[in-house]
Amino acid sequence: MSANTVTQRHYAIDFMKWRGTAVVASLALSVIAIGSLTIKGLNFAVDFTGGTVIEAGYQHPADLNAIRSDLEAAGFSNPTVQNFGTTKDVLIRLAPLKRGEKGMEMRTQVMDALNKNVEDRPDIKRVEFVGPQVGDDLVEGSLIALLASTVFILIYVAWRFEYRFALGAILATLHDITVIVGLFSVFQLDFDLTVLAAVLTIMGYSLNDTIVVFDRVRENFRKIRRADTLEIINQSINETLSRTLMTSFLTFLTAMAMAIWGGEVLRNFGIALVIGIFVGTYSSIYVATALAYKLGVSRADLLVPEKEGAEDGRP
Amino acid sequence: MRNHFPLWKNSLISLILVLAAVYALPNFFGEDPSVQLSPLRGALLDQNLVATAEKSLTAVGLTPKAVELSDKRLLIRFEDTDAQLKASDTLGTTFEGRYTVALNLAPATPDWLRRIGAGPMYLGLDLRGGVHFMMQVDMDAAIKQAEERYAEDIRTLLRDSKIHYGSVDRNNHVIQIKFQDANTLGQAESTLKREVRGLVFDEDGTTLNGRMSDTEAREIRRLAVAQNVTTLRNRVNELGVAEPVIQQQGDDRIVVQLPGVQDTARAKEILGATATLEFRMVDADHPTPTDETKTPIGSKLYKDRQGKPVLLQRKIIVTGDQIIDASSGLEQQSGSAAVFITLNGPGARKMADTTKENINKSMAVVYIENKNETKEVGGKKVTTKRTVEEVINIATIRDRFSKRFQISGLDGTDEARNLSLLLRSGALAAPVDIVEERTVGPSLGKENIAQGVRSFEIGFLLVALVVLFYYKVFGIVANITLLFNVALILAILSAMQATLTLPGIAGITLTVGMAVDANVLIYERIKEEIRNGASPQGAIYAGFDRAFATIWDSHVTNLIAAVMLFGIGSGPVKGFAVTLTIGIITSLFTAVSCTRMMVNFIYGQKRAAKLWI
Repeated sequence: MSANTVTQRHYAIDFMKWRGTAVVASLALSVIAIGSLTIKGLNFAVDFTGGTVIEAGYQHPADLNAIRSDLEAAGFSNPTVQNFGTTKDVLIRLAPLKRGEKGMEMRTQVMDALNKNVEDRPDIKRVEFVGPQVGDDLVEGSLIALLASTVFILIYVAWRFEYRFALGAILATLHDITVIVGLFSVFQLDFDLTVLAAVLTIMGYSLNDTIVVFDRVRENFRKIRRADTLEIINQSINETLSRTLMTSFLTFLTAMAMAIWGGEVLRNFGIALVIGIFVGTYSSIYVATALAYKLGVSRADLLVPEKEGAEDGRP
Repeated sequence: MRNHFPLWKNSLISLILVLAAVYALPNFFGEDPSVQLSPLRGALLDQNLVATAEKSLTAVGLTPKAVELSDKRLLIRFEDTDAQLKASDTLGTTFEGRYTVALNLAPATPDWLRRIGAGPMYLGLDLRGGVHFMMQVDMDAAIKQAEERYAEDIRTLLRDSKIHYGSVDRNNHVIQIKFQDANTLGQAESTLKREVRGLVFDEDGTTLNGRMSDTEAREIRRLAVAQNVTTLRNRVNELGVAEPVIQQQGDDRIVVQLPGVQDTARAKEILGATATLEFRMVDADHPTPTDETKTPIGSKLYKDRQGKPVLLQRKIIVTGDQIIDASSGLEQQSGSAAVFITLNGPGARKMADTTKENINKSMAVVYIENKNETKEVGGKKVTTKRTVEEVINIATIRDRFSKRFQISGLDGTDEARNLSLLLRSGALAAPVDIVEERTVGPSLGKENIAQGVRSFEIGFLLVALVVLFYYKVFGIVANITLLFNVALILAILSAMQATLTLPGIAGITLTVGMAVDANVLIYERIKEEIRNGASPQGAIYAGFDRAFATIWDSHVTNLIAAVMLFGIGSGPVKGFAVTLTIGIITSLFTAVSCTRMMVNFIYGQKRAAKLWI
């Protein structure tokens, strides 16, 4: 490779040339996501809505209609009763309690109803009951956690880099989250607490790649004095491309292992991570940098004296 | 020599890694099926107990693998679950009523590890099976009860002070006392202000309004939760559950976790049981008979906590719902421990009449608990009501009792505290309701462990293979680093006695994928430096040096998000937050120091070696 000159391109792929397309693609994805969220909404699990989920195992193939009518007779309106894995395993969902109803009594009634089948009493494998108050608290806690992460990350990136980078990074991250949540809405996958945990994890993780690119942009601004901003960004993305792809690929491998082999509880968690890693990689290449560029990041903004001088003794 | 760590640095890193490996080790020894005996009120844990237990086990042909006596329990380990179940039945009959017998899975940590304080992580309910309840204490009811007590107090006080009042009503957290004229009101106000603490009074025409002060309301709420925690703990102890968790969460919630309990119906029956107290006179006119058939008419035979028979009169003086407060403290004259009890109006009058006539005689406090028990008889579940009655205290009446009196002659401050708690919790505990339940059957728990571990193994293997093919010698270094990182996470979790949940395992798996990123950043930088013409040594040096800032930044942002996870939910997700947070911190250490040490070791000495990267 020859020395840095302005006339010669130092990169193989002109990423920034496609930034218009990327903006359109991102906007389209976001619109679909938000559209689906408004129309279809999320398929919230009991963690958030409150309600009861019971997984019961029978000795013989279960009579779903009988179970349903037993539950209805016990006063539960519209219980969902379906097979779960095998014909002997049944998943029962009950609507959340109304205010004032007692959780203690509800459980006794459910068990009485299920035990009406004297010949084949079910073996209760799992019960999840969440009262309305707990669900509400969780929604509140989740929103606060999302908001707080956003704010703290924004502050940290702004402090380490520059506010325009921070805005670019955080918008890219919000874009990632919108797409993950949007896809969960489009495919109506169960959105439970572990998925929310995955979303928050992606917030931190998708920033990693963005930071790798930003770090390089900053370094190149200092090193290459005469290239314009767009070229610097392009060169930085190219230089960091192999590590961006490699880190994402390796994390993707573990997320995929959980989505495929992690069983019922970890499946959606893994899926959310997989989506997040894909979108996050794309967004750190395009969304974050394109936004930072659009916001007018320039060399002058980044020539803060920190780390200058002493660090510049390249071998 | 730039790629060289001083000896102390190498030694320190090695020491940390060795410690990590040692403290992670207990997690791989599995568990012994065992039975644990915990003493009920006053029963002793001593060598006698060990001898009795061993004798009764030998009688049915069981040989324990090990018997361990600690200050809280006697733990008997067995080779298999069959022996464990048989032993549990045998010991249950032998020690009925004196010790609770519970099945437990005790970690089979070797002695030498236990001696240095190493132990395995605790498995969460989603991995070992069990019940998780979250109970909400009804604070409105607690406050309402308190207000009713105050209203009753005020009525009694005014009556006793011969002040005429129209009515005392509770209305929207205000106790309204109506008087005929301002004069009586003034009189009443000064009396009430002197006698009734905890209420704030203000005048409104001829009505006196009493409101609970904020501190008082806070105190009542705090007490309501604390009492319920104590009551629940006492009841759970009777369930015979190994390692239960009962703790307050937030202002008004209590979490109860019962590992290994499958019969949730029974657990709920016990937790929802009600308890009351009765005060009765001791029948001193007749000798205490040895069995119930010889009980004289008008008396009833009870047993005290030690199982000693006590003869009490059938007539009840006062019941527990007439107690409005109980607290422990020191008696003024003798300085010995005492319990101070406050009764409501009717109770106080009855108590005063009875005690006046019975000075120097003994009075007993009987603790009564109503339990519903479900047992399987011939395949059918039969629910029976069982009432447990025992005499918890006998004291001599020294004087005529009034509304407030004290029980002295107790064994010490501990007993006084316990008794006051029992008195309070029997009669006072605000109602609780279950607001969250998560039950996981034991088979599902095993399945969860298997799936969690499998996804971890596959994820790790895939990452290791890719890294090995892509980075060669440096890939081996990265893989060893990853292993140490996992060991370090396990060691810290074990040392913290943290609870491992399925999302927690997911956190470790994900950490593997994220920790290796730091290695990738370093290695890619080294490759780049080489491409730019740096010498191998220079490339290694610059690679580590330049990548550090990036690694640091990405770890910090990851950490911010991970810490925020602590804010949501209480259950398994917290386990994820814990492992992820620890994993992020450990990976910062291993990626930078551990990788560097190994790379230095392999390449640091060679001046112009070719880097296999």
